[in-house]
Amino acid sequence: MLRIDSLTTDHGQVRAVDHVSFDVEVGSCTAVIGANGAGKSSLLRTLSGLVKSSSGSAHWGDVDLLKLPTSEVVRHGVAHVPEGRSVIAELSVEENLNLGALWRGKDPDVTVTKSEVLDLFPRLGERLKQGADSLSGGERQMLAIGRALMARPKLLLLDEPSLGLAPIVIEQIFHTIDTMRKATGLTVVLVEQNAVSALAIANHAIVLALGKIVASGEAKAIASDESLRHAYLGY
Amino acid sequence: MSTLLSTLITGLSLGAIYSLMAIALILVWRSTRVVNFAQAGQAVLSTYIGLEIHRMTGSYWLAIVLSIIFGGVLGGLIDLALVRPLLRRAGSGPEAAVAPVIATLGLLAVLQGVVGMFWGGELIKFPSAFSTAGLSIGGSKIPFSAFDLFTVGASLAVMLAFSFIFQRTGLGLSMRAAAFSPEVAQLAGVRTGRVRTIGWSFAGAAGGLAGVLITPTTFLAPNSLDLLLVFGFTAAVVGGLESMIGGALGGLALGFGLALVLQYAGSSYTFMTAFVVLLAVLLLRPQGLIGKRGGRRV
Repeated sequence: MLRIDSLTTDHGQVRAVDHVSFDVEVGSCTAVIGANGAGKSSLLRTLSGLVKSSSGSAHWGDVDLLKLPTSEVVRHGVAHVPEGRSVIAELSVEENLNLGALWRGKDPDVTVTKSEVLDLFPRLGERLKQGADSLSGGERQMLAIGRALMARPKLLLLDEPSLGLAPIVIEQIFHTIDTMRKATGLTVVLVEQNAVSALAIANHAIVLALGKIVASGEAKAIASDESLRHAYLGY
Repeated sequence: MSTLLSTLITGLSLGAIYSLMAIALILVWRSTRVVNFAQAGQAVLSTYIGLEIHRMTGSYWLAIVLSIIFGGVLGGLIDLALVRPLLRRAGSGPEAAVAPVIATLGLLAVLQGVVGMFWGGELIKFPSAFSTAGLSIGGSKIPFSAFDLFTVGASLAVMLAFSFIFQRTGLGLSMRAAAFSPEVAQLAGVRTGRVRTIGWSFAGAAGGLAGVLITPTTFLAPNSLDLLLVFGFTAAVVGGLESMIGGALGGLALGFGLALVLQYAGSSYTFMTAFVVLLAVLLLRPQGLIGKRGGRRV
């Protein structure tokens, strides 16, 4: 279980994450929604050690995430796909994928993982030798997620996978995330501004505003709460 | 043999050495975003160590191998002991960009001071395993010695080894990933600090080899490799500072160019020419003659 307790992160004078507490059950998907600047990305970046927390705690099972340097987080089964189709444009598609499993060394299962990832995103398989800079936006996002999956994570932290993508591509990627989670028992924390898409595949949801949790509950309940929609989700 | 051809042949071995120095500077630049001025000091200290080994054992091969190893170890130590703490403390303000560069300048002075203390300032002739006299082909002498051939071969071997490591191994992939996107690399599990130290180490080894290769044709003194640093940096900038192949080609181009200048204008113009080339590239084509325009987003 992912257990976050009173987690607080400051960017200089700005409190980006303000005493946030929530749990994520193993195998479930929790959507973290809210407007731009609500602290969603900062929350994930704190969990993976890219930014330092000011107080509070975050545990994945027995592992104290806040004590780990970023490079070690993935070794404890936690993979973070940061915002903005985070592929390395100078590397080929295949190199981006291989990068995700480098830390696993000569583990013979790496090839198994790779074929699983390519089954999930067949478009990447057709473009293995191409430079990642030649990919479309949707393909880049698939590659970023694929690289994270190459680590064979137990917990996947996804930051705005829908950002800047066409609706049909968003649907496709969310569908893949959903089926994969159900098939593998992967735990997912999905940060999204696109609340409709995120709530459709999440079990639980929390709504962030100015770093604080303003609502939380079943994804269905959050999705049907009119006042919440108007106040924080803007639709 | 035509003068032009023989001039170009002369440029080949110099160019190979400039390429090595350029690659050393590029390795550090890519991993740390620092222009390592201390590279000249590291190379000169490595070369003196080689000289000392040669004096003690009489073996040129042991000297050259230990120079390279010493250069590698020294480069790694500099990253661990100087660059790493500096980057940790400097944070992300403007001082973070300036502090390491100033530190490498200071380190250059320290290294040259150390060399001066132990070996004095006099010019020393460094031995070479092969004759530095021109080979003769079909009765006519060409300005290319057995040692030049060794220089080109050794440089080429190092470049091929580096290119194999970078393109074909996991270590190389993690080095490239860490250079292009440290954040993504770390999230993928790359220990970027360790990878950077290895980069400094490779750079130090390449610099050490460059020092050993250039000194038989010049002289060894505490600051005798400063010019090599300038030429190496010019070659790196011509090659676009980001790519190993760019640096290698930049080094060869500069070697040919300076050989032509030396032949047709005289030795007093070579240094100035390198600076003019450096300035011209920085002003007109800062991405390098070989680098892609806008190929890299910063």
